[in-house]
Amino acid sequence: MVRGIAFLVGAAFTFVLAIALWGSVSGLISEPPAPTAEEEFHLHPKPAHLASDGIFGRFDRRQLQRGFQVYKEVCAACHSLRLVAFRDLKDLGYNDPELKAIANQWVIEQPSINPETGEATTRKNVPADRFPSPFANEVAARAANNNALPPDLSLMAKARHDGGNYIYSLIGPDAYRPQPAELLRKFPDAKTPTGLHYNPYFANLNIAMPPPLTQDGQVQYADGTLASRDQMAKDVAAFLTWTAEPKLESRHAAGIGAFVFILIFCFLAWGAYQNVWRDVKH
Amino acid sequence: MSFPWAKHYQPKQPVMRWLDEKLPLPRLVYNAVGAGYPVPRNLNYFWNFGVLAGAALAIQIITGVVLAMHYAANAGVAFDSVESIMRDVNSGWFLRYAHANGASMFFIVVYTHIFRGLYYGSYKAPREMVWLLGVVIFLLMMATAFMGYVLPWGQMSFWGAQVITGFFSAIPVVGDTIRIWLLGGFAPDNAALNRFFSLHYLLPFVIAGVIILHIWALHIPGSNNPTGVDVKGEQDTVPFHPYYTAKDAVGLGVFLLVFAGLLFFFPNYLGHPDNYIPANPLSTPAHIVPEWYFWPFYAILRAFTADFILPAKLWGVLAMFGSILLLFFLPWLDSSPVRSNNFRPKARVAFWVLVVDVLLLGWCGGSPATPFFIILSQITAAYYFLHFLVILPWIARTERPAPLPHSITEAVLSKHGGTAPTKSALA
Repeated sequence: MVRGIAFLVGAAFTFVLAIALWGSVSGLISEPPAPTAEEEFHLHPKPAHLASDGIFGRFDRRQLQRGFQVYKEVCAACHSLRLVAFRDLKDLGYNDPELKAIANQWVIEQPSINPETGEATTRKNVPADRFPSPFANEVAARAANNNALPPDLSLMAKARHDGGNYIYSLIGPDAYRPQPAELLRKFPDAKTPTGLHYNPYFANLNIAMPPPLTQDGQVQYADGTLASRDQMAKDVAAFLTWTAEPKLESRHAAGIGAFVFILIFCFLAWGAYQNVWRDVKH
Repeated sequence: MSFPWAKHYQPKQPVMRWLDEKLPLPRLVYNAVGAGYPVPRNLNYFWNFGVLAGAALAIQIITGVVLAMHYAANAGVAFDSVESIMRDVNSGWFLRYAHANGASMFFIVVYTHIFRGLYYGSYKAPREMVWLLGVVIFLLMMATAFMGYVLPWGQMSFWGAQVITGFFSAIPVVGDTIRIWLLGGFAPDNAALNRFFSLHYLLPFVIAGVIILHIWALHIPGSNNPTGVDVKGEQDTVPFHPYYTAKDAVGLGVFLLVFAGLLFFFPNYLGHPDNYIPANPLSTPAHIVPEWYFWPFYAILRAFTADFILPAKLWGVLAMFGSILLLFFLPWLDSSPVRSNNFRPKARVAFWVLVVDVLLLGWCGGSPATPFFIILSQITAAYYFLHFLVILPWIARTERPAPLPHSITEAVLSKHGGTAPTKSALA
């Protein structure tokens, strides 16, 4: 009885799948899927070789400070960093007076209330504040950016596949380039629309963000490092890897400790197992 | 229950004797996972995975209870509260990564546990009830994992909830009404998030309850073993403690090594980057994919692309649920009295084809719905149903099994080159 019903159910599912398969195969033959420009011209990110890569990875604090400087002088004009607080920058090696100064001198102020009139106003940042957004709201951000919304960067390094390398590649020196002639020959409809920029590391090849790093020396690094476009892209990728995963170093350190601890446990358990079973064939 | 030669609990301390008279809890533990439970002496490492699944559930409950102290189930702040756990809560990153990867470890362990049950015929008489309860646990786990993935309220959370609750709208006539009633709105929002959180906290304890029934049902016939042959006498068994507690400790150590490797060094490897983008009902991700442990079932859902009497979507939903529900009938579909596939030449081949088939289904489910993957999933989904509903019942009736060993002890001793049976396993 059970087997009879099962046979009918199995036959029914298989029959419907056979019809679906027929449709899929004949559709594939009559209308083979056309290649797309994204499939052929999208590039996977180049490795940035950050100090935080790998299981023993640790942040290079001077690089993080340089990356923060690039964020402050270039990215922060459009991109928020709303999950990170000024106090968090202590991890980058700044001391308390430096943190206070960074917060106090931040160009964009915190939204606040006038304590006497109750009217909306702004005040200077303090270390406990999170980074203020450069735009009051999404409408203002879109209005200022040709209707494109600059995404928040706090988690960017985890919100894209292979995020650290992706950020480095997307704004690195070879990212923005003229659209290849071959692409336009093969896909005449895929011309980059006006207002967008061709960038093979971006998922659909055309990004709204104008090239952010346009010339060497755009930022004067406090530590004297030569600010080549490649260096700036790498440093900001390192900084955003930190903003996305600020506890990476504790995690790696705890992981190594846990591994050693569990390995010792494994050896003890193995010894106990051998000892308990020594007289029993199994 | 259990075997007549099982050891009896004899408390020595006066306090334990007093406790045994008032509440024989230590006696219960002794009989369940102590020296009072005789277990076949020939179990291999696949038999570790029941205990490991229990450990995984314990890890999930402990980390989950602490996470719930910091998490806010409100669509406006849920995403940020998870990030505050990652940034501001002491060792919050550890709790969250342990919980997220713990779910993956739980499924790895449970899939291996099911693999073991299928290969060695643990679902067959007299252990049908153990198997049925196991399938119930599996269903509860899937529901719990799905609702847990919604809680961070990222893009995949939101769109996963949208797709999964969309299954209910495939029900004819009343589908949309049911879906809106379940969600508490027209789309996933605060009402849905709150009830998912409530159920996500409830269901693990329901799972724990069903696990107690699962173990209870197991202890009546006792554990299966790699030969699938019944226990014939005392020489075939060893007490669970210390023999299998020691062996399970080794398995637990290896489990923790793998878990630690994921948690500390590749915590986001099994997740999807889009879930680090806050939920946005106005922006659909390019590819909506569930977590890896749902991929085979997602592939079955997507394989049904043709209407036939019923709409394609309803076929897909029926097949997806059917692919799990058919497991409830497996003990009666496979009527072969031989349990272990070691002695079933045809069933063993079919079994390994099924394993490859399910892996291919998983590959399809995790990939974009291109024609290649749709066609592959249509073929593999058909084989999945044919295996359980047609091929296996047919093999069970026609196969000539290889000769079985007369007893577990005989199988063990012949493996070690001896043939003389000994009086007791404990020599």
